[in-house]
Amino acid sequence: MTIIMTTVEKVINWGRANSLWPLTFGTSCCSIEMMQTTASDFDIARFGSEVYRNSPRQADLLICAGTITYKMAPVLRKIYDQMAEPKYVIAMGACTCSGGMFAPDSYSVVKGIDKIIPVDIFLPMCPPRPEALLDALIKLQNKVRAEKFADRKKRMKYHREYPMTYMEDIK
Amino acid sequence: MNYIYNLYLELLCRLGIPEIFGEITFAVIPFVIIAAVLILVVLFLVLFERKLLAFFVQRKGPNRVGLYGCLQTVADAIKLLFKENIKINAGDRILFNLAPILSLTPVIIIWGLLPYTSNFEFMKFDFSLLFYIALTFIPLIAVFLAGYSSNNKYSIIGAVRAVVQGISFELPILFVILAVSVLSSSLNLYEITNAQNHFGIFGWYVFPCFLGFLIMLIALPAELNRCPFDLSEAESELIAGYNTEYSGMRFALFFLAEYSLLFASSALIAVLFFGGYNSPFGIYLAELLPVKAILTSILIYAEQIFWFFLKTMLIVSFYIWVRATLPRIPAHKLVNISWKYLLPASIINFIIVLLIKVIFGGAEW
Repeated sequence: MTIIMTTVEKVINWGRANSLWPLTFGTSCCSIEMMQTTASDFDIARFGSEVYRNSPRQADLLICAGTITYKMAPVLRKIYDQMAEPKYVIAMGACTCSGGMFAPDSYSVVKGIDKIIPVDIFLPMCPPRPEALLDALIKLQNKVRAEKFADRKKRMKYHREYPMTYMEDIK
Repeated sequence: MNYIYNLYLELLCRLGIPEIFGEITFAVIPFVIIAAVLILVVLFLVLFERKLLAFFVQRKGPNRVGLYGCLQTVADAIKLLFKENIKINAGDRILFNLAPILSLTPVIIIWGLLPYTSNFEFMKFDFSLLFYIALTFIPLIAVFLAGYSSNNKYSIIGAVRAVVQGISFELPILFVILAVSVLSSSLNLYEITNAQNHFGIFGWYVFPCFLGFLIMLIALPAELNRCPFDLSEAESELIAGYNTEYSGMRFALFFLAEYSLLFASSALIAVLFFGGYNSPFGIYLAELLPVKAILTSILIYAEQIFWFFLKTMLIVSFYIWVRATLPRIPAHKLVNISWKYLLPASIINFIIVLLIKVIFGGAEW
């Protein structure tokens, strides 16, 4: 039984890892780099990820490209909740990882999107080069390949009940 | 066909299964085969499109999964199979579940109607062209049901656009088909193909009916909601149009229906204007080979399938080329194209074809 399950798990993970369809979601300058990754010099299509879906129902991967403000935070959470399982998040750029250059004294920028949604890969730099995004994608693929099928209920629960703590930063 | 039927009944008899079961299932088996072939062809077609689109903008396209990325669409299919199916709370749940099925099943029947070889005898009847046209309208109804039942403003706008588009482009297509059926004096896809079997390439209906061919080439992507007429799923305006609320396998069914209908429509153009399975040289190349008569007849079938698929794939690649080149057209201009230009042009085409038919006469123009 375990052997069958491991084989099935391998096949499913192979499928999932090789077809991570990203959501069209660019809030700021990082999205320009994201578009560049799709274009001919870097070509994210090689990894099967050029199918940008606009509907969150059909996307697997949320590349959060750009600064998230307090006003945008609930919207991001809503979009994340609308995505179908299994779903993955890459926090692209310094702003989404920690607030970046807005971190010390900004009244409007969320200090890291891990205060809103669970993040799989943090990708700092301001903005990251397309090579860096491709590297993040490959690292995410490796992570997907190592997933356990038996843990999926736990993962879904974690995704669903992830606490939003960004409001605590506002004084 | 009778021979295969008797073989099948005998096989069942030996296994101890009653004959009535065989009589019922024999009609279903071809459809099962067609459905399997359809999925394989569509998997290939999507990969072909992604590779070709990549080629047009000087990218590599999928090349990590399998040899040159040949397993990319298989990976996509596995992922879509195991993705969460989101159920809607508001909206009509029965219609929501029905719509993807309703969009795919008519396409499977359409694939059964297509003349792959001259002796593909399953579903060969005298009004198959008419039946084809009637069936292509059902996926449109499915699209409307999908948009209506989703209870989402983007879905309903996309669905209404799809219906407006479908209704306005159906008329020119019907007039062109009328012209072709006048030329060949038949509504049977096999007889239309056979009527073009004279003088090789010059017997094709693309010459007497060239205007009709152009109309068909413009109107079919509008029927299919394909670029540059993909208004019903315009990403920049309507998230994903009528399938905004669909995820996982239900979305994959829509995808499957869209691409298999693209193939079927291209095949229709190949049959109506480019002689379907006929060789462009007038004689089949297999006839020239010095082999036994039985082998020749089998080789001719293989060659007919080859010509059919070659012509169809050329037209499919033309549509992919168009998708890579042209931007999307605004909604009001779209309806203008149909009613102001295509419909009068198709009537003129009909009159020209009538004149040709009266002057030359006979089945071959």
